[in-house]
Amino acid sequence: MSSGGFPWLTLVVILPLLGVAAIFLVEEALAKWVALGVSSLVFLVSLPLWVLFDESTPAMQFVETHQWIASPSINYAVGVDGISLPLVLLTTLLTPLCVLVSWTSIQTRAREFMISLLVMETATLGVFVSLDFVLFYVFWETMLIPMYLLIGIWGGPNRVYAAIKFFLYTLAGSILLLVAIIVLYFYAGQDSFDIRTLSNAEYPPWLQAWLFWAFFAAFAVKVPMFPFHTWLPDAHVEAPTAGSVILASVLLKFGAYGFLRFSLPMLPDATQRFTSVVLFLSVVAIIYGAYMAFAQADLKKLIAYSSVSHMGFVTLGIFVLNAQGIEGAILQMVNHGITTGALFLCVGIVYERTHSREIVDNSGLAASMPVYATFLVIFALSSVGLPGMNSFVGEFFVLVGAFMWNKAVATLAALGVILAAAYILWMLQRVVYGTPAQHMASKLYDMNWCEIGMLAPLAFLVFWIGLYPKPLLDVMHASVDHLVQKQAKVMVVETGPSSFSPMPITSDEVSPPPRLERAGVRVKSMEPETR
Amino acid sequence: MMIPLADLVTILPEIIVVSVACLLFVLDPITPSNRKDLLAWMSVAALAVCFIVTAGSMGDRVSAFSDLVVVDGYASFWKLLLYVVSGMTILLSIGYLKEERIDLAEFYGFVLLSLTGMMIMVSGADLLVIYLGIELMSISLYVLAGFKRFEARSIESSAKYFILGAFSSGLLLYGISLIFGAAGSTRLVEIAAAVDARGLDDSLILIALTLVIVGFGFKVAAVPFHMWTPDVYQGAPTSVTAFMAVASKAASFGAFLRVMLEGFGGMKPNWSGLILGVCILTLILGNLVAIVQTNVKRMLAYSSIAHAGYALIGLVVAGWVGTEAGVSAKGVSSMMLYLAVYSFMTLGAFSMVAILRRGGEEGEDLDDFTGLAKRHKGAAFLMLLFMVSLAGIPPTAGFIGKFYLFMAAVNAGLTWLAVVGLIFAAVSAFYYLRIVMVMYMREPSPEQEGETRLALSPTATVVLALAAAGVVIFGIYPWPLVSLTASASLP
Repeated sequence: MSSGGFPWLTLVVILPLLGVAAIFLVEEALAKWVALGVSSLVFLVSLPLWVLFDESTPAMQFVETHQWIASPSINYAVGVDGISLPLVLLTTLLTPLCVLVSWTSIQTRAREFMISLLVMETATLGVFVSLDFVLFYVFWETMLIPMYLLIGIWGGPNRVYAAIKFFLYTLAGSILLLVAIIVLYFYAGQDSFDIRTLSNAEYPPWLQAWLFWAFFAAFAVKVPMFPFHTWLPDAHVEAPTAGSVILASVLLKFGAYGFLRFSLPMLPDATQRFTSVVLFLSVVAIIYGAYMAFAQADLKKLIAYSSVSHMGFVTLGIFVLNAQGIEGAILQMVNHGITTGALFLCVGIVYERTHSREIVDNSGLAASMPVYATFLVIFALSSVGLPGMNSFVGEFFVLVGAFMWNKAVATLAALGVILAAAYILWMLQRVVYGTPAQHMASKLYDMNWCEIGMLAPLAFLVFWIGLYPKPLLDVMHASVDHLVQKQAKVMVVETGPSSFSPMPITSDEVSPPPRLERAGVRVKSMEPETR
Repeated sequence: MMIPLADLVTILPEIIVVSVACLLFVLDPITPSNRKDLLAWMSVAALAVCFIVTAGSMGDRVSAFSDLVVVDGYASFWKLLLYVVSGMTILLSIGYLKEERIDLAEFYGFVLLSLTGMMIMVSGADLLVIYLGIELMSISLYVLAGFKRFEARSIESSAKYFILGAFSSGLLLYGISLIFGAAGSTRLVEIAAAVDARGLDDSLILIALTLVIVGFGFKVAAVPFHMWTPDVYQGAPTSVTAFMAVASKAASFGAFLRVMLEGFGGMKPNWSGLILGVCILTLILGNLVAIVQTNVKRMLAYSSIAHAGYALIGLVVAGWVGTEAGVSAKGVSSMMLYLAVYSFMTLGAFSMVAILRRGGEEGEDLDDFTGLAKRHKGAAFLMLLFMVSLAGIPPTAGFIGKFYLFMAAVNAGLTWLAVVGLIFAAVSAFYYLRIVMVMYMREPSPEQEGETRLALSPTATVVLALAAAGVVIFGIYPWPLVSLTASASLP
């Protein structure tokens, strides 16, 4: 552990709350400055996590444990590993951008807006760093209130409906999660809600099956997986730009993160058993989301459905249960956060000018907004998965993983990539190169420096991850290997009796998954492009 | 016969409260009308003294008056809670009564008398003593409910409460008389002995048990004995409603639990199923009917029914057959925790209704909350906090209360009951959030903007601050309260 005992994570989680306190003290006009300052500070404070992170171990790092409640034993326990670290950094990076995009668009009740945004940041960071299941649940649920307010107060015309739909959907999903947490606690019987302790305990297969579906209800709604996705288009369309960005980039990752952190390690038997169901739903989501995106005339709705499709790749990657798939899934979580977040920012920028999200009202922007058009093309192509850009790497890994599991699944999923190319390029054709909408011409002007400053770091990340993903992959290797080995152990034990070895198989004998040599090949193949 | 001094010392808090109540009735006519506040402060001071006395003697079990009254950790816990709740009610009423032009110091006298009844209930170790406590509490509440004597709704509320209350007391009394026939005594220990001796199938005791459950069911407003609640809660002055919803419910649950566990503890197989049915019905009906209410007081009335359903989960766990002593004690303590938490959030919500005025009336309609966040940010935020807590969403105390209840339920093997409870918690979020929605997401009409205002007296501010502090502090740092309930739980 290289943290040197300094409570980095607590600092990162608590800073936005201190910012909230500061916003209460200053006058309304200064609220956004404080929010920007605090969220940028949080980003800076989260960078040492990246630098000091030890990539060689799957163990949790920067761990802090303090007793919260003595009986039953619930701790304030936080830490990160290779799975949660990228998501923490993604959150801290995107929050300042959300403050920036709201700079001029949020005129009413700016103070409350910034407070909601910062509370949101604390809650999301808390979800990713919690090592105690109850603490996790507290953050997981706390997040609902600021998001409900963000959509309901500052959203579009149909905001109240969208807000309550979002709230009730996600609340209903997480009902069973709480019961499942309590049941796990009693079955593990160690008076601990610690995620690591609960992951090491063994649960009987019938119980795992129940718990798997209880977890599934909570996580699938958040992902969102088909057919639990119906809240997403409403919430995305009605939310203010910053809300959409947070929703798409951070919130949707909760579900996938939940699968990786809880379902896979705690319930390995049930995971193996129900893999095909989840994969089926993932493939349906990929294709269905893409088809729905085709039909949309509203830019935000189009991106929302493309999110359903892209998150289908993430769940696909997770449940093929091999290292390629899972690493691809995590990478794809980060990529989706960057790309979709950026696309929503782009829509927000043009909405500020034309006050319309319809494609017909925002067509032919290349002539009047050339810089904007350039950025839009970059992010749209990244969403398609063009080689050299971030999503290509993620989708490629996921498809390799899926191919190793089942060729038919991989083929169907690849169909989603083709469909994505079709609807995104069609959208680009109309928005960028179409006939300019005459009634909007007077309102269009190109991006200012602030907006460029907002999108530029994301564009940089698009190419960085696309051309040289090694730093990001190195962070996850150890954690993902650990996760896959646990799955492999179950697989070997299950097939044990029919195999040649009559001896009980210990963990040492489990052959390491064939990830390492493939990783070597992959890194080599990437190198020419970086030169 | 001389009453031993030790017995009097045991009931010192009751003596203080009842003497101050009588003193108030005497002082009221001779106090000039602009000095009535002094009498309210006098009652608060008395409660503070009682708090110190009870907290100081917390823990040791003392019996008095030949085992008719018992003061143990369990009774002390409820008393401490009742002092706090009564004190907050009085503080809230100081401004509220003036606003309603009913500022008579008798009001505080009746609150204290009612409190005396509640204290006797939670300390009673004999069914008749408990019955006396119930009557003292109820009769004072009948008067309080009709305190707005020039308003038909208030009178109706009082009359309805009186008739149904008297009816339920009659049932309870009938049950007690049958018990006396079977056990030859009304003392809980001797009832327990008679239950052991006569076995589980004794029809006389079974009928008596049913009648006792029905009687207490009325008092805690559990379905199907809840019919009086919405009308009474809606018609009574709001500070009285808050007092009824919180204090009388807490005291009734306190007595109910002691009677069931110490008196009828041997008959758990007979009553746990019955309580389970009542619990589920209460959860369903309370939450579903609350959805369609447009009057906030009435909605909170149904919400208080629903919360009685949650609290009953604790009793179901405590009485569930085949659970160990440790597990059933967890059921009791989780119920105590839940009611303590419930008190803070419900008092807070009712206080907000009390201070919101529209014209000369109370702002009790859902519409009156429209756009509150625009005009009164702080008030809207506090109401948001209370609603979120009532819905049981972290990081508020409401979540902690539900969490411990469901822990207890799963521990007793009632996982499905926890699932049912949580499903209805999600249902409840819908109507609680509707208040948040109208406050934050609707624009007030111009005429309404002129009419609605906050009648925020300094003491009401203190009440709101206390309630909010309870909701937040017990949500983030619940351990003191949790350990207190764990140590004060009935064995």
